[in-house]
Amino acid sequence: MSVSRQELLIHTIAGLLKDCRSIAVGASSPIPGAGALLAKHRATRRTFVTILGSRKHNAMNSGGVELFDMAAQGRVDAFFLGGGQIDGEANINLVGAGGTYPQTNVRWPGSFGSGYLYYLVPHVILFREEHTRRVMVPKVDFISSPGPRADGVYRPGGPVGLLTNLCWFSFDRERRRFTLETVHPGHSVEEVRDNTAFEFDIAATVGPTAEPDAQTLALIRGPIARQIGEAYPRFVQQVFPDAA
Amino acid sequence: MSQDWLLGSAEELAARIPDGAKVAIGVDNTGVAMETTRAMIRRGVRDLHLVCVPMAGLQADLLIGAGCISTLETSAVTFGEYGVPHRFHDALKRGALKMMDATCPAIYAAMEAGRKEIPFIPLRGLLGSDLVVHRPDWKTIDNPFAPEADRPDPILLLPAIRPDVALIHAPYADRNGNIFIGRRRDFALMAQASRQGALVTVEEVRDIDLMASEETAAGALPAIYVEATAVAPRGAWPLGLPDVYDIDEAHFRRYGELARTADGFARYLDEFVHRRKQAAE
Repeated sequence: MSVSRQELLIHTIAGLLKDCRSIAVGASSPIPGAGALLAKHRATRRTFVTILGSRKHNAMNSGGVELFDMAAQGRVDAFFLGGGQIDGEANINLVGAGGTYPQTNVRWPGSFGSGYLYYLVPHVILFREEHTRRVMVPKVDFISSPGPRADGVYRPGGPVGLLTNLCWFSFDRERRRFTLETVHPGHSVEEVRDNTAFEFDIAATVGPTAEPDAQTLALIRGPIARQIGEAYPRFVQQVFPDAA
Repeated sequence: MSQDWLLGSAEELAARIPDGAKVAIGVDNTGVAMETTRAMIRRGVRDLHLVCVPMAGLQADLLIGAGCISTLETSAVTFGEYGVPHRFHDALKRGALKMMDATCPAIYAAMEAGRKEIPFIPLRGLLGSDLVVHRPDWKTIDNPFAPEADRPDPILLLPAIRPDVALIHAPYADRNGNIFIGRRRDFALMAQASRQGALVTVEEVRDIDLMASEETAAGALPAIYVEATAVAPRGAWPLGLPDVYDIDEAHFRRYGELARTADGFARYLDEFVHRRKQAAE
């Protein structure tokens, strides 16, 4: 059975969330949302999933501020952040590139909750599908939120790694560096190197990213696709038309 | 009981927003006051400081494109799955906007300080972000309460945000002017922090009292925080109102196409903002 790019990413995310009992998913994140729902489906413990824009998958009722308060309280184990640019020290840029701020050549939506959640949520998974040298840069043009650094700032949280269309990197917060851990089937270490403009380490053995088995695929294509369709109908129409 | 709070139209609400006012708006698709927004554009309001709680979309892009906004305070401007906010990008490029980029919890926290009428509030996170570099109104201090062993403990202080008015669209008001907002508690924060209070459009006024039972009182915005209300059926259109109607996707996409250029945007205003008024007259 052939596995799509999205299915591989959803399966990988669910594996990364295995030990998390409270998972939150922010704006424009259908794949992380589906991964979180798959992790919840498999969990043996009660698991809370809060998907921004969903009414069914929402553990909160006190307005938009509650997610941030909940993170500060230690009640959010995992969150996802991306970036128009990501650099090798895990600094992320969601504001813009080129030019001089605020008149950047390219403007992205803005920093959303990153300037807070990146510091406070223990398992931040950096997720960016596009893996090119314009995204994976040596140094971001604008730091929406800095990667971990020894600056004395209160920071119980931070990134665990970076998942892209090509691979999974872990992140070492002490050494402030990414390590290439697995490469997705059909891609190579060389391809990752060619498309990454920041320096990174390479694990002693870089295996292929594990693919979902038939049972997991059936779950993703059926109940998980239908559940994420509540918040992301257009995504499900495109990627899982049978579940739409 | 007097119903002096009930005005005849969104135009009358818009008339209460002076040029230069600080105006709070909520997130697209949670019930934002689009008919009031159109009435503001028809009135030609200028020089607003828009506070997006905590981010913006179509409502902000329309106001920016129509030249109503001079300062934009927000954590993001996004159309989500529906395209790109071209009028926002164009105004930024032209240097026509004073931009106050933030992060969502900073806006919530500063509004919280506003509703307590305290001058500032501390917030974790943010230090080391370029957001702080471009926000001279934010200041870093050493936490004076930290145990000696944990010092220094730098923390950011944000000045309070007190908007002049908050704009809201809701399913209904009761006969006393209490507004049903359900779990959309952001609207309570916005209304309470605002000096004048909320200017609210509703789908209808119901002859009930929301405050009379625990169940309905929990979802109410009490009338004391509401300056005035007007009935505006489908007042969130083309955005959605939870439980009442969905977003008008086709219209949103059409907006996205037209608003690519200044000319296209002007045609959009003619057809969907100014003409709607003429049709109503």
